[in-house]
Amino acid sequence: MTTTTGPHPTRRLILQGTASVVLFGLGNLAFAPARAAANDKYPEDAFKQKSEADAIKALYGKTAEPSEKVKLDAPEIAENGAVVPISVTTTLDKVTSISFFVAENPNALAASYRIPDGTMPSIANRLKMAKTTNVVAIVEADGKLFSATKEVKVTVGGCGG
Amino acid sequence: MASSIRVRATANGDITEVQALIQHPMDSGFVKDAKGELIPPHFIQELKFACNGKEVFVADWGPAVSKDPYVKFSFKGGKKGDDLKISWTDNKGGSDEITAKIA
Repeated sequence: MTTTTGPHPTRRLILQGTASVVLFGLGNLAFAPARAAANDKYPEDAFKQKSEADAIKALYGKTAEPSEKVKLDAPEIAENGAVVPISVTTTLDKVTSISFFVAENPNALAASYRIPDGTMPSIANRLKMAKTTNVVAIVEADGKLFSATKEVKVTVGGCGG
Repeated sequence: MASSIRVRATANGDITEVQALIQHPMDSGFVKDAKGELIPPHFIQELKFACNGKEVFVADWGPAVSKDPYVKFSFKGGKKGDDLKISWTDNKGGSDEITAKIA
């Protein structure tokens, strides 16, 4: 048995390493929903994400599923990408927030609205679009995410020269 | 100076519809000026609506919201003559607020 003392410390090290990785991973998982639930601070980080998927993850810490109960109203063709009227309304209950993403803008997240109890889950606003791409509306209802997507053709981009 | 916020809030039964228009450049930081230099980002980050002191709607905005932003929403619980306070802050520390009456 004395000869086997050599490998033991190494194996222990490896096990310890794995354990800390697991803990670290769990820590991350535990943090994500807490951040989404807090929901009361300007989501600086989410606005800095480039892609739509990263922005959704940074904002909510989970993914959305498409739902027919989310109605996204946007023009087929927007002549001026600087001002694209977009609105969303939903028949879902317990809505706590609604967010708008423009897939190929420099930063995908355009606007996020917090909906307290008693406020209707229906919003109209105007967004800038760099080019023809998908507009995604995400509705957070009862802790779950639902989305609607529509492609808007942009003739003149609204994100700069 | 005239307020940067124009708001129309109308109560119809139990539901109050709010439309707000704010004068703000909403510079994205991606646009160049006539000299070819980038205009630094300058945009509203938070816009809050409170009816009689209770928050009814909060908007978190990035620079992709159009210049002179417009937003429309409705909420329950407001009635004619109630106070609706609207306030915004931008990324440069600028801010403005106004209190309107629900009509």
